[in-house]
Amino acid sequence: MNEALLNTVGRIFDIQRFSTHDGPGIRTLVFLKGCALRCRWCCNPESQSYEIQQMKQGDKIKTVGRDVTVKEVLETVLKDRPYYRRSGGGVTLSGGESLLQPDFAVALLEACHQNGINTAIETTGFASAEVIERFIPHLDLFLMDIKHMNSRKHEEFTTKPNERILENARLIASKAPKLIIRVPVIPGFNDTAEEIDAIASFAASLPNVNEFHLLPYHRMGKDKYDGLNRPYLMGDVPPPTAEHMEQLLKIAERHGLITKLGG
Amino acid sequence: MASVYTEKIQKSPRIPALIDHLFEKMPEIEADRAVLLTESYKQTEGQPITLRRAKAFAHILEGLPITIRPLELIVGSNSKAPRGCQVFPEYSYTWLEDEFDTVATRSADPFYISEETKATLKKVYPYWKGKTTSELATSYMAPAALAAIDHNMFTPGNYFYNGIGHVTVDYGKVLKIGFKGIAEEANAALEKLSVADSDYSKRYHFLKAVIISCEAVCSYAARYAALARQEASACTDETRKAELLKIASNCDRVPAQGATSFYEACQSFWFVQMLLQTESSGHSISPGRFDQYMYPYYKADLDKGIITREFAQELIDCIWVKLNDLNKVRDAASAEGFAGYSLFQNLIVGGQDAGGKDVSNDISYMCMNATMHVHLPQPSFSVRVWNGTPHEFMLRAAEVTRTGVGLPAYYNDEVIIPSLQSRGLTLEDARDYNIIGCVEPQKSAKTDGWHDAAFFNMCRPLEMVFSNGMDKGVQIGPRTGDVTKMTTFEEFYDAYKAQMTYFIELMVNADNAIDQAHAELCPLPFQSCMVEDCIGRGKSLQEGGAIYNFTGPQGFGIANMADALYAIKTLVFEEKSVTMQDFKEALDNNYGKDMDSRQAEKFTAEVAKSLVANGKTLTADDVKTIYKTVAENNCSDADKAKYQRLLDKIAELPKFGNDITEVDDFARDVAYTYTRPLLNYRNPRGGQYQAGLYPVSANVPLGAQTGATPDGRLANTPVADGVSPAAGRDVNGPTAAANSVSRLDHYIASNGTLFNMKFHPSALAGAGGLESFVALVRGYFDQKGSHMQFNVVSRETLRDAQKNPEKYKSLVVRVAGYSALFTTLSRSLQDDIINRTEQGEF
Repeated sequence: MNEALLNTVGRIFDIQRFSTHDGPGIRTLVFLKGCALRCRWCCNPESQSYEIQQMKQGDKIKTVGRDVTVKEVLETVLKDRPYYRRSGGGVTLSGGESLLQPDFAVALLEACHQNGINTAIETTGFASAEVIERFIPHLDLFLMDIKHMNSRKHEEFTTKPNERILENARLIASKAPKLIIRVPVIPGFNDTAEEIDAIASFAASLPNVNEFHLLPYHRMGKDKYDGLNRPYLMGDVPPPTAEHMEQLLKIAERHGLITKLGG
Repeated sequence: MASVYTEKIQKSPRIPALIDHLFEKMPEIEADRAVLLTESYKQTEGQPITLRRAKAFAHILEGLPITIRPLELIVGSNSKAPRGCQVFPEYSYTWLEDEFDTVATRSADPFYISEETKATLKKVYPYWKGKTTSELATSYMAPAALAAIDHNMFTPGNYFYNGIGHVTVDYGKVLKIGFKGIAEEANAALEKLSVADSDYSKRYHFLKAVIISCEAVCSYAARYAALARQEASACTDETRKAELLKIASNCDRVPAQGATSFYEACQSFWFVQMLLQTESSGHSISPGRFDQYMYPYYKADLDKGIITREFAQELIDCIWVKLNDLNKVRDAASAEGFAGYSLFQNLIVGGQDAGGKDVSNDISYMCMNATMHVHLPQPSFSVRVWNGTPHEFMLRAAEVTRTGVGLPAYYNDEVIIPSLQSRGLTLEDARDYNIIGCVEPQKSAKTDGWHDAAFFNMCRPLEMVFSNGMDKGVQIGPRTGDVTKMTTFEEFYDAYKAQMTYFIELMVNADNAIDQAHAELCPLPFQSCMVEDCIGRGKSLQEGGAIYNFTGPQGFGIANMADALYAIKTLVFEEKSVTMQDFKEALDNNYGKDMDSRQAEKFTAEVAKSLVANGKTLTADDVKTIYKTVAENNCSDADKAKYQRLLDKIAELPKFGNDITEVDDFARDVAYTYTRPLLNYRNPRGGQYQAGLYPVSANVPLGAQTGATPDGRLANTPVADGVSPAAGRDVNGPTAAANSVSRLDHYIASNGTLFNMKFHPSALAGAGGLESFVALVRGYFDQKGSHMQFNVVSRETLRDAQKNPEKYKSLVVRVAGYSALFTTLSRSLQDDIINRTEQGEF
């Protein structure tokens, strides 16, 4: 294998094996550090800054972020090959936002493909078209968030407008082997029937998109905000109820989409 | 090929009613068998032992009270009280006499015993003094072996005090020809004997004993037929009356003759299963491949249109309930090692036939339904998995796992078949294996496997290395040298191997002594007549009548020893950052941590006992001094800090269970210190020793007898279970742990390995959860792991995880599409998850 490819360095903050809900089968999730968005509900706040940080976890201080080569990550990824083979699983890049480290991420995906490993990415889609084009040949699946159709509201809750994201969604849909649209359902942001309907309508308009996943807001990231000494902006907002999620799924189904709750 | 019916079938309302009745009261000890046995023995003194055993069995079956429990369709009980038990003084009895007043109140597996029963047993017990297998075995053991047992190096307790059990007989043969047919076989063998044969008398009496036993069983079933008719005539409910009459006609026919219907086959099976546990107190009497020998009867009835799937399911469910009716009282210490009233009646479905074809069938799926319907610990339900196992079968098994019943256990044909072949089984026999007890593979109806022959604690020999063979003031092991003077890791490792081999040899001595005692005092003609080739050879299983003979004592603590030896190797000999003296001091002082007072009292008593036994006289003050030394930790703050630094260093070392090839390969080598030497020994039945690597639940009580170990494990805490990583040390998730465990050599441990994994039910949620779970099992088996079982955690476990996070570092929970390690979550989120678990919201 190409040495230069294997020696490409990137910054990650975690590798999680036996992940079963971010793409098909049993997967290894590689979390890249740094993100362009600052979503209020983000459950991985330690992923947002590119800088290596200290985070309190219980009574221990944990260093978040480390620089690794593709080769190092690949070694771990390959360890679960028997389980990928049996489950149709593989590797999923998560974050943070992998599009912000294109050299490393593309090299890692390429190396995975060279080893016959299925590849996926969880992404905000917030990058230039040129960057997206670099990723497309090395990905079997894009899991892309569309958080809101109203750009102003999108910007209010995530710090970035949505035009470029929507454009990229069209680009990926037309060129990538598979795209699944995912919506984090956040109370007070996008959890009304009208808002979900608008996103579903957009998703249905994309070529080759037929899967649509709704991910209910959860509080599992709250501890991390405390650990980073940051305020938790979601406060005590309760997660959406199961009944409400069911209603939203039904709305999306009206657009002919195959819907799913959770990843 | 006929298609397999895999759909779920509804549970009959009869099943919960049967279960409720079974669990109304605390199980009770009954004296009838002991009385009848003693009466018979008194009448047969001076006769050949096989004959005496058969006559005693017959006398018991004539006199044992019989009962049909409300709503039962399958009848036959060893005790009047539901889940009651009989006692077996021919093996041992003094422990029960000693525990008469505590057996009802003890924490592990309590039993009620009435004053009347106590009085009755006190009357029969004196007869047994000097006549038990346990006393004879003791007299046969080498003094060094007895001393090693006293010092908790290993525990041969199972067969030392009880019957052997651990067998799967030829159920299929009984279903086919009945006990009349088997008696005819014995008669034919008798006719072939020549009075001039050198072993004529032995063979003659054995065959006679078989015939007596078979006849006794037929008469016993006739008693049930009569009782059913009697109850039917008094019954005013027409439905129940008809059921009782059907029971009567079933018992008229089976098990005396071959079964002509599925219902008769079920009843016949049950008499065999139950009566094996009347003849002897051995546990792990395992039904084996129930789906295979029952299927022809079901198929025939279905083809004839005389049975519905629903009724067949109900009968299987009834058998599942009955398997929980059988019970056994053990001594208090053993009860802890086998906690949960378990009789380990292992029943396995799926897998290949002798020709290598997959033979999962309707009954395989109905057995899964039954485990879901009945949701009780018995049978120990297992599934066989191979590359040709249907995916549907795996998914259904995964669904059973998800219910949290802790069943089934998964077994890998691809490892077990070649492993058994390497022990001399033919390919056909190996392919037809089933599981005995916990995890022990064997070929049914041809094997006397002695599978659960002893617990060998692999940590204790390491303690002996540090003490140069001394334990509690006595030289118990070989002098392998002053540990602080050892200059290379090889020297240290050799000392460990020398201690291991020494105690393995003593364990073999103890097991062989017990084996011999069973052959001489407790041959079992009824059990033997259903195992090949006892009738042909004219001798009982206990005397070597089976085709395949093994002794399989199990070692445990591999994960601790791998981590411990790795710590010594790295810190003392490679980094040289810690001296052996530091280690020795830290271990002697339990790393500066206190021992709890209960443990300290126990330990003081042991030390005092041991010193007195070795001729020392102790004053009360001496005992106080011992207690002080044991309980109070006299470490200075500086020492405590030093030991803590050592613990921190050990904590940072890589550990077994995290998919680190170097550490895992090292663990593989450490396991060989147990598995390899054992292969050199033979038992009195002409068979070979083979190692198992599993602990039942003994890793907890026997861990309590083990001092601090160099892997950072504190004194008296549990030892790692089976081949699983030490609790809380595998932190890279299930696939990493499975990869590590698969690097051990599972083939050489042909008596079985046990790999336990903990899951929160949420991790198996939805269709995707089941698929991933199946892929996990498949992926582990692809890498040649042998066994896997899953503990799907309950809210109690989660609460314990809150209290003792160090034990649960690898517990994965999933909430709303998000996975996390439970112990890394904040208290409030943990509480959330516990509440959701209670509400079953997954």
